[in-house]
Amino acid sequence: MRKVLIATGLGVAALAAGAVRADEALDQLAKDPKQWVMQQGDDANTRYSKLNQINSSNVKKLQVAWTFSTGVLRGHEGGPLVIGDTMYVHTPFPNTVYALDLNHEGKIIWKYEPRQDPNVIPIMCCDTVNRGVAYADGKIFLHQADTTLIALDAKTGAKVWSVMDGEAGKGQSGTDAPFVYKDKVLIGVSGGEFGVRGWVSAYNIKDGKLAWRGFSEGPDADTLIDPEKTTSLGKPVGPDSSTSTWQGDQWKIGGGATWGWYSYDPKLNLVYYGSGNPSTWNPVQRPGDNRWSMSIWARDLDTGKVKWIYQMTPHDEWDFDGVNEMILSDQEIGGKMRNILTHFDRNGFGYTLDRATGELMVAEKFDPVVNWATKVDMDKSSKTYGRPLVVDAYSTQHQGEDTNSKGICPAALGTKDEQPAAYSPETQLFYVPTNHVCMDYEPYKVAYTAGQAYVGAAVAMYPPKGDTNMGNFIAWDGKTGKIAWSNKEQFSAWGGALATAGNVVFYGTLEGYLKAVDAKTGKELYKFKTPSGIIGNVMTYEHGGKQYVGVLSGVGGWAGIGLAAGLLQPENAAAWHGAVDQGKLPSKEKTVDTAGLGAVGGYAGLASYTSLGGTLTVFALPSE
Amino acid sequence: MNIKYWKFVLAVAASVLASGVARADGSGDPAIVSSDNGKYMDKDGNPTYKISPDGMVDWYTFSGFRRYHSDCHVCHGPNGEGSTYAPALANSLKTLSYSDFINVVTNGRKNVDAANDKVMPSFATNVNVMCYVDDIYVYLRARANDAIPGGRPPTHEDKSEAAKQAESSCTGIK
Repeated sequence: MRKVLIATGLGVAALAAGAVRADEALDQLAKDPKQWVMQQGDDANTRYSKLNQINSSNVKKLQVAWTFSTGVLRGHEGGPLVIGDTMYVHTPFPNTVYALDLNHEGKIIWKYEPRQDPNVIPIMCCDTVNRGVAYADGKIFLHQADTTLIALDAKTGAKVWSVMDGEAGKGQSGTDAPFVYKDKVLIGVSGGEFGVRGWVSAYNIKDGKLAWRGFSEGPDADTLIDPEKTTSLGKPVGPDSSTSTWQGDQWKIGGGATWGWYSYDPKLNLVYYGSGNPSTWNPVQRPGDNRWSMSIWARDLDTGKVKWIYQMTPHDEWDFDGVNEMILSDQEIGGKMRNILTHFDRNGFGYTLDRATGELMVAEKFDPVVNWATKVDMDKSSKTYGRPLVVDAYSTQHQGEDTNSKGICPAALGTKDEQPAAYSPETQLFYVPTNHVCMDYEPYKVAYTAGQAYVGAAVAMYPPKGDTNMGNFIAWDGKTGKIAWSNKEQFSAWGGALATAGNVVFYGTLEGYLKAVDAKTGKELYKFKTPSGIIGNVMTYEHGGKQYVGVLSGVGGWAGIGLAAGLLQPENAAAWHGAVDQGKLPSKEKTVDTAGLGAVGGYAGLASYTSLGGTLTVFALPSE
Repeated sequence: MNIKYWKFVLAVAASVLASGVARADGSGDPAIVSSDNGKYMDKDGNPTYKISPDGMVDWYTFSGFRRYHSDCHVCHGPNGEGSTYAPALANSLKTLSYSDFINVVTNGRKNVDAANDKVMPSFATNVNVMCYVDDIYVYLRARANDAIPGGRPPTHEDKSEAAKQAESSCTGIK
């Protein structure tokens, strides 16, 4: 016990020492596996912990150590931080932040609740989620729904500075966590369904002064793209690489939101993130490749200048946002150690790139049902190098406006949405929570009004033909682009994964289970049903000599829209006839049954399994 | 097949529907009493749906299905069945009248307190919603009365010239 107290004391001393640069102090903290100082565990986004007290042989004995209600009902994404003896817990709108004292069973040290105009609520397309706070330099950074970035004193909760990054009145909102690298804190913007032109802002952590801002679309001066120096697939992008791929001024309302999980390589000084769907969802209304929506970005941290960029889904026709996390690892490929970036895209392809150059190394489907493209062209001499080879039958552009393109896999929520994967350097495997859902997509013309939804497609989602599971939890080999093992989940696996040195991987499910599986085999070792569905990310820390695992439950988010009501079979014409003939409709379940799918229970509504409410559940092994 | 014959078929279909099950929603009896160019009205002149025995729906119910699944379902869930944070409109319309519906869509509604943070925005300036507000209403009215199941209507009546002209003059999109 004494040892632990001393160690904690040292941590605080390092924080307090003014001579230490904030980023160095944060780097030191991040190296200490007893703390969880950033949402993703480290700058590389691995969500991996060296802690191994809880391991694959004893995890079956895991128990709930303590719980905490957040007092908020909506969808809880992200997770808590632990710095020293304090845990920081955030909530969806109204974006309350709690500092909890780990020495006194989670007693509340301070609580901060911003006052925000509730009119921001309906411009958040898919629930009022928030993906958590960041810590550095004695400050807690909160990115509010109304796009305010506020720095709070980590000890007292008092405001140090705040800036307004965007305009909620124009459909711009804040959902992503802030990311602190060196002396800057970065935030993105949400609003791809409101015609928002996405951007990333970098503020100085000391005073909140804007250091740079880079847009996803527009003139080179806005995107911070250098026509000669910025490369894509090894070649300079040339002048006006964005605006030349749009018709007229559509790029001004062109989407490309930036709300995913960023990462940072300190040696290359590059920040990585993805941009989202182009606006509108109707591809016919925006001819061209619509750059640089749907892209992986590498920007210089100090200047924001773009080193390289790669567009995964040119001219999106399915809402396959490219915002998902960028995970950095060093692995041996072809006999050489390579510094790679791995990304599991909404479009169903798992990408491996050289993170220094942007060279495309691997692009393979991480769910076999993905059908909108046959493959990504890997032939460097081909005209379509690096582009997905789109199948006409599933191309909503090819099928055209007012045509319902059927059986597209994956659905708009992607083979994976924001729920972050984890990477274990021991197994060299990625652990990926996925969606297993297909869709019909019918685009049609829409008009743009500032601050109003700008969608332009009707979408119906359902499980792939012959399947009843709507999710999988998979292990992925990024070197070869192959699935090592795959566990079926009844609903989309919408909780972020955690890999640990104890050979255990944790993740949460929409029904509310916290699950522990063997990292090598995927065998389920433990599960516990928390009070609500989990769309939050699992984290771990050590306190008082004991390892803890924490996760926020609280169902909602996009998963809470489609799945709450239960998804239907696409072709229910039989049900229509039956219903109308009898002058009386069968119930929803009968509708599905009539359509001949069987196994109705497999995808009955999530509402039958769980209800709303934000709770933090913390697990530990029983004391000997 | 002449128009008179169709009107006769319609009247029969309507009476079969009406006699089969006594129905009422927030606007009363949804039975068709009059029609104009593929638009159907109840006894009070409020818009209503027409579902033919073979499952074919009127154009406006189909259009409402599409518009709902673009602009409304992101909060209110597929098929009007609700989400974790917005009410199921297929239920709401059992008590909400046509004029209440138009009022809420146009002006929005707020329910924010310690237990709730529900905000329905005003769609008054959104032509993608306001130009189709009757379409969305009849679609949800059909859902509220269990006249159609969830999912996409497999067949629908043709879009009339009047509907095309009204759409382009309202939205400004050619």
